[in-house]
Amino acid sequence: MKMLKSLTIAGTVLAAIAGGANAAEGQKSAKDVAFSFEGPFGHFNRAQLQRGYKVYKDTCAGCHSLKLVSFRNLADHGGPEFSEEQVKALATTFTVQDGPNAEGEMFDRPGVPSDRMPSPFANEAAAAAANGGAAPPDLSLITKSRAGWYGTFNQLVNGIGGPEYVYSVLTGYEDVPDELKAEQPEGKGYNPYFASGHWIGMPAPLTDDADPFDDGTPATIDQKAQDIAAFLAWTAEPKMEERKQTGFMVMVYLAILSVLLYLVKKKLWAKVH
Amino acid sequence: MSGHSTYQPKNAFMKWFHSRLPIMDMVQGQLLDFPTPRNLNYWWTFGGILAIMLVVQIVTGIVLAMHYTPHVDFAFASVEHIMRNVNYGWLLRYMHANGASMFFVAVYIHMFRGMYYGSYKAPREILWMIGVIIYLLMMATAFMGYVLPWGQMSFWGAKVITNLFSAIPFFGEAITTWLWGAFAIDNPTLNRFFSLHYLLPFVLAAMIGLHVWALHVSGNGNPTGVEVKSGQDTLPFHPYYTMKDSFAIAVFLLVFAAFLFFGPNYLGHAINYQEANPLQTPAHIVPEWYYLPFYAILRAIPDKLGGVIAMFSSILILLALPWLDTSRVRSGSYRPRFKQFFWIFVIVCVALGYLGSKPAEGAYVIWSRILTAYYFLHFLVILPVIGLLESPKPLPPSIADAVLAKKNPAAVPAE
Repeated sequence: MKMLKSLTIAGTVLAAIAGGANAAEGQKSAKDVAFSFEGPFGHFNRAQLQRGYKVYKDTCAGCHSLKLVSFRNLADHGGPEFSEEQVKALATTFTVQDGPNAEGEMFDRPGVPSDRMPSPFANEAAAAAANGGAAPPDLSLITKSRAGWYGTFNQLVNGIGGPEYVYSVLTGYEDVPDELKAEQPEGKGYNPYFASGHWIGMPAPLTDDADPFDDGTPATIDQKAQDIAAFLAWTAEPKMEERKQTGFMVMVYLAILSVLLYLVKKKLWAKVH
Repeated sequence: MSGHSTYQPKNAFMKWFHSRLPIMDMVQGQLLDFPTPRNLNYWWTFGGILAIMLVVQIVTGIVLAMHYTPHVDFAFASVEHIMRNVNYGWLLRYMHANGASMFFVAVYIHMFRGMYYGSYKAPREILWMIGVIIYLLMMATAFMGYVLPWGQMSFWGAKVITNLFSAIPFFGEAITTWLWGAFAIDNPTLNRFFSLHYLLPFVLAAMIGLHVWALHVSGNGNPTGVEVKSGQDTLPFHPYYTMKDSFAIAVFLLVFAAFLFFGPNYLGHAINYQEANPLQTPAHIVPEWYYLPFYAILRAIPDKLGGVIAMFSSILILLALPWLDTSRVRSGSYRPRFKQFFWIFVIVCVALGYLGSKPAEGAYVIWSRILTAYYFLHFLVILPVIGLLESPKPLPPSIADAVLAKKNPAAVPAE
């Protein structure tokens, strides 16, 4: 059909001129990971998200905030789906500042499910001061705000590779190459996957643990990096499963509607052509 | 706006109503019975598609505005609140963001269709010029809308575009400050952009009203470019074109839905999911895809003021198109030379878009300059000259003849 041909052309033109983002200087393409949530029918792996939460809590939360996520979200459909009781219990492991009370004082109390995840630093300046001048970024949207790879068609087919970016940075620490040793800034390590130049302030955060996760999965660096990447993919796009499921039904509906409309149109026009 | 109607009020109430407000007469004459050339192809369905997209944008936009907070400290968070806590907020926002892109896809196809088939020629110059104004309004609206989420690209995009006005001699700085409402892009800027982003779509709707009015004075053009001569050449808009348009709209929505549900951020910039930070300039500031050809033209000129003038001229030149094309034949189908140059022009526009997405350095700059020069050459030299030089193919005597010839080539007697 001419229409479809035209739209294909339009789509190609669109793809050709859109998303022509530019790789930051020297950023190495992220390592591909076969995540369960990829593709039009992808789902998050609940156990993986729960493990990812544990990695966040144990390793990342000391420096990185997760401001857009509330504890209650951890029980939401399409997320890690902790039970209500588990969420209540894990919220209490955080201390939250509340107030002012009747005396005008701020006070600390244990977290409740409706609280946002507390940030490790009081403000951005404090975060920067404690981390060599650069505040560790909030992680809520990190898998949507960082691309693992570039290229108009590459991104159309494979997405921007945000979760892969997180995985690759976490597993991508390398010894400083000899030719770059001279320019290594004070207190920074070498990571070719890092988006803002290959010098990274964060020391390699993950280690192989002897004790496995509660579900028996070995807590290796690679496993933990995949799990936290998946968890952060969920924090960035918590309605992903609902979106893809709704999308599938909308596509089926529109496809059937298009066929019916085409048949009606054809029958109607047969008389006048 | 009447004259095609055979409307007769059927009962006493409608008779009473009709003598006071003959709106049903207009509906029947302008909407249902409106005589439309019988040979419109699918390229003509994009007008209807654009109308639907405007409605989609206004409806989703109004609901989004109920949950959005236009303040530099809360805008980014309020958008994420929509994405996370508002019922179907993610759907509304992705619809609105991707809807803007789809709106531009449709408008570009609509405009290229007009250029190919000579839709801007007499007696449709005003119709075309209103269209150009609609396009400008769309660009302004989309630009201000992109600033509202207050991400990094929102902020720095706004900075680049508003800074263009500082190129104006003498008053540049003052005008920029006036636009910002402050000495930098700050809360007053965000507030006024929100206000104008809400206002302009309704101005757009009014302009579209005029566009349709002008269309209904001259009637539709058609692929042959031969004007309607008799009733043989036309069909009533309803049911023939309501059905054809409905089918096209459904297919278009299918493409829209594919982006919306399965790649909702593909057409955007990853860095816009990072909150605006006036102290941290992104490595590459790139506008949305639909501005890229003009961005390439802007950067092609080594002088700032020159670049701004070139960029605005590249759009405003469209207003003069009806007089730059000297050919007496309307449709590109009967103009063999023009047809070739038309497709070259399309490729040049796409290539400029590609160049606009690249950093302004090395070969990219050189190509931008060559293609910018060609862009203007197309309008100022190629169109006027080939109109005079080329010998067009013979036109069919009427639309009905053209339709019959397509259906059954042997049945048409040789001229």
